[in-house]
Amino acid sequence: MIDNLPMIVVGALFVIGLYGIMFKRNIIKIAIAVSVVESSTNLFLIVLGYRTGGSIPVYTLAGEFKKMVLPTPQALTLTAIVIGLATTALLLSLIMLLYKHYKTLDVYEIRRLRG
Amino acid sequence: MSWQVHLPALILTIPLLGAFVSIALTKPRLRNLWFTFILAVTTVLAFLLWRRVGIYGTLIYVMGGQSWNFTLPSGMSLPIRIIMEVDAFGAFMVLTGSISALASGLFSIRFLDRVHDGNKFVSLFLLLLTAMLGLEVTGDLFNFFVFLEIASVASYGLIAFWRDTPEAIEASFKYTVLSTFVALLFLIGVGILYGVYGTLNMAALAKNIQVGFLEKVALVLFITSMAMKCGAVPLHMWEPDAYGQAPAGIPCFLVVVGQASLYGMFRIAFSIYGQAFHGSILAWIVVVFGLLSMFIGVVMAVIQKEAKRLMAYHCISQTGYMLMGIGLGLLALSSPQAMSEFGFTAMKGGIFHIINNAMYKGLLFLTAGSLFYATGTTDLNKLGGLSRNMPYTTIMFAVAAAAIAGLPPFNGFVSKLLIYESSFVVHPFLAVVAMVTSILTLASFVKVFQSGFLGPSRENMTNVREVPLSMIIGMSVLCLMILTLSLMPNWVLSNLIEPAARDLVNQASYIQAVMGSGLQ
Repeated sequence: MIDNLPMIVVGALFVIGLYGIMFKRNIIKIAIAVSVVESSTNLFLIVLGYRTGGSIPVYTLAGEFKKMVLPTPQALTLTAIVIGLATTALLLSLIMLLYKHYKTLDVYEIRRLRG
Repeated sequence: MSWQVHLPALILTIPLLGAFVSIALTKPRLRNLWFTFILAVTTVLAFLLWRRVGIYGTLIYVMGGQSWNFTLPSGMSLPIRIIMEVDAFGAFMVLTGSISALASGLFSIRFLDRVHDGNKFVSLFLLLLTAMLGLEVTGDLFNFFVFLEIASVASYGLIAFWRDTPEAIEASFKYTVLSTFVALLFLIGVGILYGVYGTLNMAALAKNIQVGFLEKVALVLFITSMAMKCGAVPLHMWEPDAYGQAPAGIPCFLVVVGQASLYGMFRIAFSIYGQAFHGSILAWIVVVFGLLSMFIGVVMAVIQKEAKRLMAYHCISQTGYMLMGIGLGLLALSSPQAMSEFGFTAMKGGIFHIINNAMYKGLLFLTAGSLFYATGTTDLNKLGGLSRNMPYTTIMFAVAAAAIAGLPPFNGFVSKLLIYESSFVVHPFLAVVAMVTSILTLASFVKVFQSGFLGPSRENMTNVREVPLSMIIGMSVLCLMILTLSLMPNWVLSNLIEPAARDLVNQASYIQAVMGSGLQ
């Protein structure tokens, strides 16, 4: 049970993020929710590569340890974080422009495109 | 060793270089030259790549090494390097995509005169081109995700390029939220597969995969995210907004970018899961996606009043044809008899429809773009009688509309006929839906043609003039392609479509090309 705790956190974060994206009306909150889902994905990748009691996956720094955590998921996560940064920045700048045009952050009022 | 060995890498690095150099080119003339040059070179490379794949079979390219795996002193070998794998289907998609991008780019050049930061446009455009080609040549699931995100970020920027119009920002915001979310779903799927098999290499995965619960979850995530990215109903709502609001030349390009996601879906379904996935549920999901997209897309299109939005809905409906065609191929995958009976024909139809759609849908979007350039609007209620003022655009529109509606001499007819024939064998209902869709498509384009180009000229449209030469050249590239595809369907089928369909079905050759026979 206790070993699966990180996975439960991943699931919880994902559900919270999904709830935010689907039901929140404020677009900044939606952007935050997207970030939360992103974090849950990153955490998922990290947890995937973790071995109990493992050390950092660098030979010269690992010291005496014989067991290391998997390096690939960490590399993936780093890439995913960078990509996440780019999308978050873009989302926020779009929100800025939206606010400038519509004078509101409510998704129900930002609705000129329909049908 | 010929330099052509490096084609899979060159086709990514050249547009990437173009993207980062063009941001520094502020002089319009120089920028336009550079843009045209990069697009032309990419198209030539795509053609060479396609030809090379045709001669030598599946190409493998490993970045920074001779072999795809890394062998530890203990003898354990790990597939860790960045790998590109181009088979005939991938090469076909690369060729289609780069031709469309060339046309769309040439068309966009004159539009750039109207903005002061055209270099950013060019940069985003070339970045999107790199990402699209990357999706189609990569042999690694994580790189697929990275290219997917590059494509997404570049297209958010392009869709919101008219940042003074609120609608463009709104469309881009919608697309950004949805697309980021589904890309993360894709990443979770990749993570699951990595957790089970410890590899990201598609061929290595395909070799080891045994479909259990976790693999099914991953498959659901992959299919959902790819279906959204290619705009299949019920995940289509971003598409009309985004295509309707993007700058005029861009929707033509976004069509092929959407098809790159479609490619991803088929690559995962056929090459990674393929034979390991028993039962027909996956195939039926794809077919049902196809049916829904086809019908709902066209029904929504008929009631539209704005030309670009209307075409975007048609794009959804055309995606339905491809999904259905290739879904039927997936249905027949496990039995050779069904494959020869209807599966292979359906696949040929679906794949032929991919190139057809890229060409005629692209051309339609470009004509809508030139309507906008010449008149300042694409609202069908405000247009009328433009055939006298814009003869070339009218001819191009007529050709493209006839092709998309599947009128007999044109290429749309060939691919649709293949899909009708094969779907009728499975169940007549499928063929009926496909035909009704085709009729409604014709009806809605007759409406556009009539209200946009025919009829008496309107007073406010009397001094409208034909669009500049570079736009006409951009459109003629696609128009020529449509005519070529229409006039020699047999040559196209046997040289372009059949190898692609064969390679897509043949999972063993995809695995073999990377793994060889003796490894692991």
